[in-house]
Amino acid sequence: MAKRDNAVDLVGLLSVEGQDLAATWVREVSGSLKGRVGTAELDRELRELYDALLDALRQGATDVHADQMSEVRALLTELSRNRARQGFSPSETAVSIFALKRVLEPLLQEGSADDVRAYLELGRVLDGLGLFTIESYSQTREEIITAQAEQLLELSTPVVRLWDGVIAVPLVGTLDSARTQVVMEKLLQALVDTGSEQAIIDITGVPAVDTQVAQHLLKTIVAARLMGAECTVSGISPQIAQTIVALGIEFDDIVTKASLADALKLALRRSGVDLVAHEGAQR
Amino acid sequence: MSERIPILRIGETLLVSVQFDLEDQMVLNLQEDLAQQIVDKSARGVIIDISALEIVDSFVGRMLAAVAAISRVLDARTVVVGMRPAVAITLVELGLSLGGVDTALDLEKGLAKLRQSTDSALR
Repeated sequence: MAKRDNAVDLVGLLSVEGQDLAATWVREVSGSLKGRVGTAELDRELRELYDALLDALRQGATDVHADQMSEVRALLTELSRNRARQGFSPSETAVSIFALKRVLEPLLQEGSADDVRAYLELGRVLDGLGLFTIESYSQTREEIITAQAEQLLELSTPVVRLWDGVIAVPLVGTLDSARTQVVMEKLLQALVDTGSEQAIIDITGVPAVDTQVAQHLLKTIVAARLMGAECTVSGISPQIAQTIVALGIEFDDIVTKASLADALKLALRRSGVDLVAHEGAQR
Repeated sequence: MSERIPILRIGETLLVSVQFDLEDQMVLNLQEDLAQQIVDKSARGVIIDISALEIVDSFVGRMLAAVAAISRVLDARTVVVGMRPAVAITLVELGLSLGGVDTALDLEKGLAKLRQSTDSALR
């Protein structure tokens, strides 16, 4: 019975000034978002949310996970998804909910003790809603990140033919075991397909090399050697060279070159091609 | 009596073409036969073609290394040719780098490699 009263109180609190409260809410939120969302859009979103919340409370919902709140949850999920896609920060997203508390504060000044109790009760519900918003926000962000990682994996491993019998893999971005596996398979398959005996792995675009990455590179090179191809690693920057030595990684008898040009020159010499500069050629 | 893998002779080179997945006993027989043949035919090079093999386990991997070592003692050079990418990856994951075994992409390149080394040895 007491619960029922509470719900009525909450509804009463929210509908004292009816539409006015919703309007103040919209103003408050659009102020905090600095006009990055259109007022009309914001107005529509928040009014829908407001009505849904009022409905849910009227039906006696007391926390976020109640059945009556499903409409509110759906609206909130959509709102935080949109915010996440548009690049808002988590606090900018959650502030939409918490602003409602601030809107209600002035009402308490001439309110009774019951009003204060109702406000506290509502505060608890709003806290739950705020947390829910952040949860769905980060979920959306994670989905975006996973999708991008998959796209990167597809994009980032081309095998190019530099010369007859010389292929190269320009690696760009951080190497992890999943990517190295893809690189390894593609490189080895390309060796068979093109009948190349020389392969160059260019790591100019790799920002950092740690023991794990070095391990992966070594594995690829040994596998290529097992198939009868020679591998050269090129594009080692001064910083990476220092890191490799500091970490105590040994590249044993693997040839490393500073630039792709040097590696190509070596690969050509190994496959018996001589480069001759003509006397009268233009430079 | 298990099957034996044929060993063919081309000039001073012995050619072993493995056409099906190897069982342990066949591997041991091959090792024995090959050592015998190198001496009998006074071969200078051995080519083992494994392009038809889809599965190579650690035992076969070690056998390849052992054959290479044996033939080196008998003054013949071993070249393993036609290893598939998947096989190469498996061997690396097993920690076998086949040190001391020469490799080539296909039979033709393997023969060229042997010819090169005998040429440089004669010089």
